[in-house]
Amino acid sequence: MTGSLAAIGAGLAVIGAAIGIGQIGGKAMEAIARQPEAVGDIRANMILMAALVEGAALIAILLSFFVG
Amino acid sequence: MRKLGFIFLFVSMACFISAQQHSTKRTSTQSTQQNHQGHNHDHGDHSGHNHAKGDHSGHNHAKGDHSGHNHAKGNHSGHNHAHGDHSGHNHAHGDHSGHNHAKGGHDGHAHGDDSHGGHAHQNACGHMVHDHSAEFNPGAVAFHHISDQNVYSIGPIQIPLPCILYTHKSAEGGSKFDMFSSGKFKPDYHGNGSMAYNGYVLYEGSARRVRGNFNREGLVELKNGSHSVYAVEEMQENGKKKDQLYLCQGGQSFKVDSKSTLDGGLFGGGITSFTDFSITKNVVSMLLVSLFLFWLFRKVARAYKTRKGMAPTGVQGFLEPIFVFIQDEVAKPFLGKRWEEFIPILMALFFFILGLNLFGQVPFFGGSNVTGSLSVTAVLAIVAFLVTTKNGNKDYWKHIFNMPGLPAWVKVIVTPVEMMGAFIVKPLTLMLRLFGNMTAGHMVIVIFVGLIFIFGKNGMNPAAGWGMVVPSALLTMFMMAIELLVAFIQAFVFTILTASYIGAATEEHHH
Repeated sequence: MTGSLAAIGAGLAVIGAAIGIGQIGGKAMEAIARQPEAVGDIRANMILMAALVEGAALIAILLSFFVG
Repeated sequence: MRKLGFIFLFVSMACFISAQQHSTKRTSTQSTQQNHQGHNHDHGDHSGHNHAKGDHSGHNHAKGDHSGHNHAKGNHSGHNHAHGDHSGHNHAHGDHSGHNHAKGGHDGHAHGDDSHGGHAHQNACGHMVHDHSAEFNPGAVAFHHISDQNVYSIGPIQIPLPCILYTHKSAEGGSKFDMFSSGKFKPDYHGNGSMAYNGYVLYEGSARRVRGNFNREGLVELKNGSHSVYAVEEMQENGKKKDQLYLCQGGQSFKVDSKSTLDGGLFGGGITSFTDFSITKNVVSMLLVSLFLFWLFRKVARAYKTRKGMAPTGVQGFLEPIFVFIQDEVAKPFLGKRWEEFIPILMALFFFILGLNLFGQVPFFGGSNVTGSLSVTAVLAIVAFLVTTKNGNKDYWKHIFNMPGLPAWVKVIVTPVEMMGAFIVKPLTLMLRLFGNMTAGHMVIVIFVGLIFIFGKNGMNPAAGWGMVVPSALLTMFMMAIELLVAFIQAFVFTILTASYIGAATEEHHH
């Protein structure tokens, strides 16, 4: 049973990260639409932020590996 | 540009030291049995009856007070695991028979009537044969295909690699190094060796050590009649399922250690009696990519010297935009005034990771998953961490240990959090991000290919299998196209994050 519970936990963490990355992507699109000339800066920051949010999900997945 | 070559060598040396891949948690390659009849898992007070007739039959796991009855007739038969107070009955009639594991107040009884009857103790051989043809387990197959190996397999060809194995002091005949070619194992297409050498065997492409009273002198041919010499039995340890590999040789079964890992098996892989320092598939791939990049960048660097002031040509023209992109989008905005100092490490990281990501994508070329190996990404993350820590200025450390402008009681909370962030979370996520992305991509590709075998029921329904070839190929190609993108994005993300960490450590504050 521990395995499946850990998998559910990892799934919940991924939902959180998905919402976060979705927000980042959406807002970045809006920002680019408003200021197309800043596309380079916005894209770099978008990827950086997405990577940071992803880190939280990765730690949850790692924990689920150890627990499960 | 010339500095780059040296950094490549440095990074590859660092990765080389970490030689063995820390395997991701071992998957449960379940021992499968055909014509499975009569399964019974039962937890309860009075429990667990199981009558089964058939070819392979009679499984019974029971936990409880009174438990565990198992009657089985057939050729292979009669398994009974029982934990409880009164427990463990097992009657088995057949060719191979009569297994009984019992823990509890009253011991297990085992009756077995014939040729190999009645083992009241563990003997995995002849029973729990790990049979690949019986059932297709995509997860296990994917894990097996993306893990590091002691042979480099291109299609059916197995290229032997050097094995450097150290036997621990505490083990039988311990504290010695063995160096030999993995060709000595005579591996089959699946990476299972048919020979043992100095007490080592090759199972699923990785060298493992045989425990117990096994012949440890030179080559030993492995034989177990018509059965496979390797057998996997599922074990329960501290409430966790674990697979134990056995070697069946001369009517005896020997325990075989799990794969040697970077952590020595402390994190659940199973503590091993040996350490593997071999030049594995990953190490070979890393060396190939490093040498290739060294050659490439030397060539480009020479072109900048000899063709000064002229438009770039050939490979120079291909690399310059990428180089300038990293320089302008990553180094300059994040590193401020000192950007030129850190260009070599950033470029080395970027091109090394990109090269390995792309190398792992080449179809039919071993499909080595170097950046999807935790030890490699760990070393890369440690390099990034060391550069950040070494270049951290006074302000950086002050913001970690003694954040200015905060009351003392808040500092008590903030300081541990900041320390965790700087010393644990940043390197850890750097390591896991690259590992996770590359591993996931490779696994999905293997599983898409595995669709053929899932639909074809592993040879039982060839028509459906053939019908699945085209959809599976299309899906795989689609996935590989995405992976091509991911290869670039992950190399870029690793670089940009390293740059931002270094940038944060070297930033000049004006209070």
